[in-house]
Amino acid sequence: MDFALSEEQELLQQTLRGFIENECPPSVVRESFDAEAGPDPGLWKGLVELGIAGLLVPEERGGAGLGLLEAALAAEELGHGAVPAPFLGHALACVALVAGGSDAQKRRWLPALASGEAVASVALAEPSPEGSDAWDPAHWRCRIEDGRLRGRKAWVPQAAGADLLVVALAGGRLALAETGAGGVGIAPLDGVDRTRRLDAVDLDAAPAEPLEGDALPRVRDAGLVLLAADAFGAAYRLVRMSAEYAQSRQQFGQPIAQFQGLKHQLADMALDVDPTRSLWWYAAHAFDHLPAEAERAAALAKAHITDRAVQVARGAVRAHGGLGFTWECDVQIWFKRTLFDRAWLGTPEVHRERAAALGGW
Amino acid sequence: MDLRYGEAYDRLREEVRDFARRSWPPRGDEARLDEREQQIRFRRRAIEAGYLSRSVPAECGGGGRAVDVLAETVIRQELIAADVPWRSPSPQGTDMLVPTLLEEGTPEQCRRYIPPTLVGEMIWCQGYSEPGSGSDLGSLQSRAELDGDHWVLNGQKIWTSSAREADMMFGLFRTEAEPRSRGLSYLLIDMRTPGIEVRPLTMMTGGIDFCEVWFDDVRIPAESMVGRRGEGWKVSKATLKHERMLIGDASYLERAFEDLLRLARETRRDGRPAIEHADVRQRLAEIEGFVATQTWASHRMLSAIAADRDMTVINEMMMAKLSLTNTMERIAELSLDLLAEGGLTAPTTDEGGMRQGWRTPGKWVSNYMMSLGLSIAGGTSNIQRNLIGERILGLPRDLRP
Repeated sequence: MDFALSEEQELLQQTLRGFIENECPPSVVRESFDAEAGPDPGLWKGLVELGIAGLLVPEERGGAGLGLLEAALAAEELGHGAVPAPFLGHALACVALVAGGSDAQKRRWLPALASGEAVASVALAEPSPEGSDAWDPAHWRCRIEDGRLRGRKAWVPQAAGADLLVVALAGGRLALAETGAGGVGIAPLDGVDRTRRLDAVDLDAAPAEPLEGDALPRVRDAGLVLLAADAFGAAYRLVRMSAEYAQSRQQFGQPIAQFQGLKHQLADMALDVDPTRSLWWYAAHAFDHLPAEAERAAALAKAHITDRAVQVARGAVRAHGGLGFTWECDVQIWFKRTLFDRAWLGTPEVHRERAAALGGW
Repeated sequence: MDLRYGEAYDRLREEVRDFARRSWPPRGDEARLDEREQQIRFRRRAIEAGYLSRSVPAECGGGGRAVDVLAETVIRQELIAADVPWRSPSPQGTDMLVPTLLEEGTPEQCRRYIPPTLVGEMIWCQGYSEPGSGSDLGSLQSRAELDGDHWVLNGQKIWTSSAREADMMFGLFRTEAEPRSRGLSYLLIDMRTPGIEVRPLTMMTGGIDFCEVWFDDVRIPAESMVGRRGEGWKVSKATLKHERMLIGDASYLERAFEDLLRLARETRRDGRPAIEHADVRQRLAEIEGFVATQTWASHRMLSAIAADRDMTVINEMMMAKLSLTNTMERIAELSLDLLAEGGLTAPTTDEGGMRQGWRTPGKWVSNYMMSLGLSIAGGTSNIQRNLIGERILGLPRDLRP
């Protein structure tokens, strides 16, 4: 048994971390966070050169042919750096094509997605006025008639800037729509996490073709794991930011880290985060190699880790005192990153109930 | 990444399964022996077959093999599944004293004490805490003075688990004039020595496990010391390290969670099983998140230790105790809600504590209370938070005298 990363996997992660430290320090994140427009395409270009766009694309289609574990390791680093990049939607679109695309669809799109020549995203949720789960396929209404797609999608990550959308249809099948082919209206939403902008997508007779296979379960499970890994990276960073601040801030003539009230709070935050690394590692490994366990492992990992990450983020604000509540303090950027990870694809409550049902409870 | 153990370990698993089937259950007179005698019989066979105490040197009564944490894990899993009496009747002896003696003891001490401890014939208790010294072990007051070729012990120990049954104690006593921990030595004490008085303390559950132990001019041979004079602190650190490992095992949590699931299935609420209620399902799944975290963190620790890369998992290792006891407390809290009016039941006062199956309301109430005991024993939760803050996050140490 070897529940550890290989040298190649460690190298992938170190390379990404080094790149992000150099090219995307907090000052760059903040600039993008405060900017009117979306993220700087130059940063994504740099990440593409490291191979991040094609991690999940098979080698014969021009990608790296790696698994979800490698993609999740990348997600951890992007969360750790709060990197403004369209990775989530792009990676899930790759999963959709690999799992459900026809040979022609794969040939048409996968090499372009792997090389970064095209950027993709996924349009899954629909506005749910009844207060139901926006990610529950039972409530989706998008339809294809005569090769034309009609409906409305919400909470689409970085649709602006995407060339290709994987759109979920009523009943849970997926379809491909090009944003440049007409009939696709994209309007920015005022999303909480400005490192991953969200858009509403209006599909009004957009030319589209359904994916051949039923890929939604794979897209959902991969998304749950990537969100868990992103939240882990963000929360890990928040704990360390808080510990550092507690050592630099002086009150009553000593660093506030000396006070047990704060020290124990920071220890509890670390305890909520650090051991969960193994939980999303396992969920990613199950996605790649243990199909019978993958669905439930992904649900539990997403529910547990994103829930803990949001709690830890609240703790990080408290640990920074008044400063932590300001726009100026970097904590708010990572705090909002965890809120995205928690809500997107459904709340912990939704996935705990799924885990309960899948466990035969 | 590969969660399979591989062919050699799969073969070992089969062998252990076969061994357990062949050597147990006992027949004839053996079947009528009490639990401890059964443990001794089974352990002797399992040690001879090379399945327990594998890495203890052969001259000390062990298997004399190289450390192999994967093999030990496979064996433990199979012995648990076979429900054989493999556990040591003296965990303090096998899991704390033996590793300490192997690191710090003389060859004579190892030969004399380790073999009977491994099989379970010699029971040990730990003499560290005193009424005025709990988390602050450096302030211990009980003394040992050299008189010819004997140490003469005076003072009092407290919270000493298993002191009534114990044949021997390992403990810290003040032998030197040096202040605090530099004045302490590590001594092995025969509990039948005149002048020792054991007074059991009743726990809040009504059961008895820990005791006060009084020493009144207790004379023990001079060669009873492990390590040198004034080095007791260093010697005991090895023991504390092993105690923390001892209670950081995920299989314990997994079984407790299975018992909780069973309780949720068997308990009825509003005319249907509690487990069908949305709030119960939410809380169970939330707790499973913590349990699964510990399960996979322990796989990661195991892999790293097997590959001699302990340092890559040092965070998880230092967090294991607090993770485990926090989760045990969450399990206990939900169990009390599931019990509803069953929570009015007095705790069942058998001494098996957490180890036996959880069935009756009284047993659940007892375990509800015992989850608190676990968070206090072996370094309290607040002491664990200090360690995590200082060693993992690099925060300043508490003010020390």
